[in-house]
Amino acid sequence: MSTTSKRLRTLVATGAFATTVALVLAGCGARVGDDTGGGKSSARSCVDTSGSTVKLGFLNSLTGGMAISEKTVSNVLHMAADEINAAGGILGKKIQYVQEDGATDWPTFAEKTEKLLTQDCVGAIFGGWTSSSRKAVKPVVEKHNGLFFYPVQYEGLEASPNIYYTGATTNQQIIPAMDFLASKGVKKLFLAGSDYVFPRTANAIIKLYAAKLGIEIVGEEYVPLDKDDWTTQVAKIKAAKPDFIFNTINGSSNVGFIKAYYDAGLTAATTPIISVSIAEEEAPAMGHEVTGHYASWNYFQSLKTDTNQKFIDSWKAYPKSSGVTSDPMEAAYISLYLYKALVEAAGSFDVDAVNAAAKKNTITFAAPEGTVTLDGENHHISKPGNIGRINASNQFDIVWSSGTFIKPDPFLKGYDWFPANIRDQLVKAAG
Amino acid sequence: MDALISPLLNGSAQGALLLLAALGLSLTFGQMGVINMAHGEFLMIGAFTAYLVQQVIGSSDLSIPVALPVAFVVAGLFGLLLEVSIIRWMYHRPLDTLLVTVGVGLILQQAALQIFPSQGVPVEKPGWLNGQVTVFGYDWPLRQVFTILLATVCVAALSVWLKSTAFGRRIRATVQNRDLAEVTGISTRTVDRLTFFVGSGLAGIAGVAASLIGGTNSQMGTQYIIPAFLVVAAGGIGQLKGTVVAAWAVGVVLSYFAYWTTGSLAQVLAFILVIVFLQLRPQGLFTVRTRSLV
Repeated sequence: MSTTSKRLRTLVATGAFATTVALVLAGCGARVGDDTGGGKSSARSCVDTSGSTVKLGFLNSLTGGMAISEKTVSNVLHMAADEINAAGGILGKKIQYVQEDGATDWPTFAEKTEKLLTQDCVGAIFGGWTSSSRKAVKPVVEKHNGLFFYPVQYEGLEASPNIYYTGATTNQQIIPAMDFLASKGVKKLFLAGSDYVFPRTANAIIKLYAAKLGIEIVGEEYVPLDKDDWTTQVAKIKAAKPDFIFNTINGSSNVGFIKAYYDAGLTAATTPIISVSIAEEEAPAMGHEVTGHYASWNYFQSLKTDTNQKFIDSWKAYPKSSGVTSDPMEAAYISLYLYKALVEAAGSFDVDAVNAAAKKNTITFAAPEGTVTLDGENHHISKPGNIGRINASNQFDIVWSSGTFIKPDPFLKGYDWFPANIRDQLVKAAG
Repeated sequence: MDALISPLLNGSAQGALLLLAALGLSLTFGQMGVINMAHGEFLMIGAFTAYLVQQVIGSSDLSIPVALPVAFVVAGLFGLLLEVSIIRWMYHRPLDTLLVTVGVGLILQQAALQIFPSQGVPVEKPGWLNGQVTVFGYDWPLRQVFTILLATVCVAALSVWLKSTAFGRRIRATVQNRDLAEVTGISTRTVDRLTFFVGSGLAGIAGVAASLIGGTNSQMGTQYIIPAFLVVAAGGIGQLKGTVVAAWAVGVVLSYFAYWTTGSLAQVLAFILVIVFLQLRPQGLFTVRTRSLV
């Protein structure tokens, strides 16, 4: 028996080793493809707009772990494309989209970007969710001078001539959240996050700003993105007795955090949580009511703007609808319309012409969150900072707002408490 | 005091969940030698069963106790289907079984993604698990106590079943010497099927417990499968008591490391310890002595 089991264990090890080798080879394959692709004509020259259509690429994870979030983004992009086509298309050309599956695998994102740009010859690519997927796409769109529209709030510290960012950067989500906490008179804050680049960078910024605001950070805890069990960390949070918890946890790990939080007897009345990744879609999926907790976003379904009601109605009527709208969905919706506005301002689908049109700083779109303006230098958009409190129907009551639209400042150059050496360190660490 | 007591109690509960996930494996891997990488997905099936039962019954107070036996049967039937359709053809090809069951796991994950909302589904904790008991000044969540009780009941039932019933004796006879068992009139096919049913069913029960701790979604099984295999290997293959001790030790060590360092570092440190332990003692904590030559 023991000999058999030893053999089994060797086989388990062999299997694990074989998998690793296969993964490494797959990664190398992507890189080899990149090299040979370099010889081909660039995306600009191969985009065909001579007919009555223009091809666009949608790149979202429809399988694997991130499908949980990215499927909705893909669906809302389809809806926006249908809307634009019904209204006459872009420069009179109907959108013909090519949907690709990024499969929650970053080399796949790079490969599919290469394919969309050099084989499908798409005018622009829309999608991605994790920063890792964006960083996989970035060198490929830069090499082929393509366009990539990224719809999710992220850690900032990035700008590329080939990427447009329609989600919030840190000064449009993290800093408004801190301003809100300061206005509530919060003195002791606990930082809880998933262990990857966004929470680490966000918390580095939070700690610097907290020092300036006179808020004490009483603890900082990270759990790997794929682990749900927060029991030990919640025990530490409870012992630290913070006034508020700043939550940068992402994905299903949030459910584990919320469950451990209520298991330990913490409540919104005594230790409220402010989150940057719990929105209308996530709130009802926690397995515990989360009434009274807060979230910092730019868009909420409860926002009262002229265009928001139309957006909500179209989404609810859409066949693949999830029923509620949320910030990343709205940012994805913006991204396609922003591309339309850019192309129409440029009068051309040419990437350089589009970037030149952006430089004029006159591109705007009447988005559901309000009229956003594109910054031609850093390719981000202006956004309102809003704080919502979750009510009994898992919608957000807006309790605080930045008032004006916040100009995007991905490198936080306009904030004197953010030292240049730390900026360089974080940019370097983020790769 | 809190720094000493709370990781011990939290870790025991973490270990209990790990034990529930590993119990079924200790049967299918430990007793039958089948590397079933889809075991995590059977756990997921148990969690989704808890959700469906909750939708039917409405009250979470009642639905969780009902979901436990239902999840056992549902996950067990999935396991039985896997055994009858695939695994029985590959009992002597462990590496093939490993690859095939990885594939089956992926199919089950994608199926769950197609059927259920992609954000996952909410499973509510029963009202009687709200609250804490104070142990040496630490408010220990009742939910954790429940996980430990559930694991204890499952271990006790499994060990009585293996040791004191005719069927359990047949399993042990088959494990120790398949040919001899067949000669004495035991239908080893029936034994294989039922063992696989029970092993997979235990994953279903683990799924109900996991649905009270984390998210219930298509990916949830992946975080349990590797630690569960490590626990079974560290405990000594085919040894129930080894699995129990190893799961508890891993849970507590993880929790102390997480308390002293960070959640991420704790995962690394705890599993380095397991690997070092397996290097020093590849047969695990406990071993079965047999006269068999293979």
